[in-house]
Amino acid sequence: MNDTVILDFNRVSFSYDSVPVLDSVSFHLHRGEFTVLVGTNGAGKTTVLKLILGLLEPSAGEIRLFGHQPATGRAKTGYVPQFADYDPTFPVTVRGVVRMGRLTPGKRWFSAEDCRAIDRALEHSGVSDLADRPYSALSGGQRRRVLVARALAAEPELLILDEPTANMDSESEARLFETLGYLKKSTTIMIVTHDTGFVSSLTDVVLCVGDRKSRAGTRDIVRHRTEPATNAPPERFGGSAARVLHNSALPDSCCGGNGTGGDR
Amino acid sequence: MISILFNAALAGVLSSILFGVLGSVVTVKRIAGLAGAVSHAVLGGIGMALYLSATGKVPGMPPIAGAFIFAILAALIIGVVSLKAKQREDTVINAIWAIGMSVGVLFMAKTPGYTDPTSYLFGNILLISVRDLWFLGILDIIVLGLVWRFYPQLEALSFDAEFARVRGIRTNTAFIVILMITAVSIVLLQTFVGIVMVIAMLTLPAGTAGYRAKSLAGMMTGATLYSLLFSTGGLAVAWIFDAPAGAMAVVLAGIVFLGAAALSMFTRSAKRRERVIPPGEKP
Repeated sequence: MNDTVILDFNRVSFSYDSVPVLDSVSFHLHRGEFTVLVGTNGAGKTTVLKLILGLLEPSAGEIRLFGHQPATGRAKTGYVPQFADYDPTFPVTVRGVVRMGRLTPGKRWFSAEDCRAIDRALEHSGVSDLADRPYSALSGGQRRRVLVARALAAEPELLILDEPTANMDSESEARLFETLGYLKKSTTIMIVTHDTGFVSSLTDVVLCVGDRKSRAGTRDIVRHRTEPATNAPPERFGGSAARVLHNSALPDSCCGGNGTGGDR
Repeated sequence: MISILFNAALAGVLSSILFGVLGSVVTVKRIAGLAGAVSHAVLGGIGMALYLSATGKVPGMPPIAGAFIFAILAALIIGVVSLKAKQREDTVINAIWAIGMSVGVLFMAKTPGYTDPTSYLFGNILLISVRDLWFLGILDIIVLGLVWRFYPQLEALSFDAEFARVRGIRTNTAFIVILMITAVSIVLLQTFVGIVMVIAMLTLPAGTAGYRAKSLAGMMTGATLYSLLFSTGGLAVAWIFDAPAGAMAVVLAGIVFLGAAALSMFTRSAKRRERVIPPGEKP
């Protein structure tokens, strides 16, 4: 496998019981890329993320994350879920939530380095001033930023964000993309969004969970080109945007450095 | 009489630690329904043990042995169903709740001589034995030790199990362990408040503490103190009025919980009126 490929999704199939979702789907991510996985609601984007993170098992094919099985490779991954299974009465402060990002299976105490990483994550996500407030007292947008901070606290090599701008006001969205722009220098980033029209201009790769490709109802993942967009809503992404060219379909091998799946 | 009262007071203190610490976990994990099913299924085990002992099939089998068997079986079934078969989870939980009780009633009906289920259903702290106290003390130490050692993992998986799994925590194993410990605790705690009310004492003190707590540890501490207050208060008031101590403790816990809930609703609604939500942002 190419050294720069950190995620190789190789001919993966997946079904929910008898409902097929993916059938022999392949794509890969390179280190340092900013990838956006787009698709309409219910297309299977979150399923793809859960497969990458080892929260679901493929029925066929292979997924390699940092050269390992997802359950091992995900240790280097930061994850911002779309819906945190959140109990509004759970007693925890913002710092307590972000500290969970530094957690490992056997850890009992958090070191000085852990505390510094937590402080950096709070600062990068713009929630330092909320650190000692109860998580339940925050607005929806603030809570999303705290979950981003929780993912950043792990200082991940791959940051995965599922619909990160849901419930965010334009200011929070701008701050998020400012943070992602800063992180792009050192971190591979994958964002999932249902907005199939425009993506942030930070984007290097657009993967589209496409239309149903068979009568059985499975979906394919297609790599698309983008072009600078001049008419994108100005409040989006905190900066310039790019338009997704859905009529373009690049092969997975277009970058010349695809994973183990070969020319697919 | 003094030794009976001393045992009852000691049982109240030892139970309070389990009610507070384990009750907080049950509350934040939102598995009170599961714990309720386990506690009611325990009657099946008690009935079975009484029947086997009275008919000479297993001479001298104590009711607590049957209770342990049924509690652990119920917890295992509920745990596996909860993890594997999400669609019919509530049906299975309610079925185990009802089947356990029905089996208990049937066994008791067929047990030679008169069997009064009242003390099992509603508890009688004055009947607590020295052996029960030892069991409670040992379980307290085990629960406190596990919670102390795995506190960060417990907090993370209770807050967001999926994220905890991504961080490498074995959330399914932890869930089954929590259910098993809850099942064993329920068997010991039902001596105090009975099968029917044990779930109230596992949730009301923790729920009351949850309104003011800033962390799970704070909730556990607060819930333990509330449990201690309700247990000793219930025992004292029950002594004065010659009433069942378990029921009195639950009534006290219920009154304080409802009061705290009303106060919290009032405070939240006042704060909501004051709070300004940024434009374009959903609350």
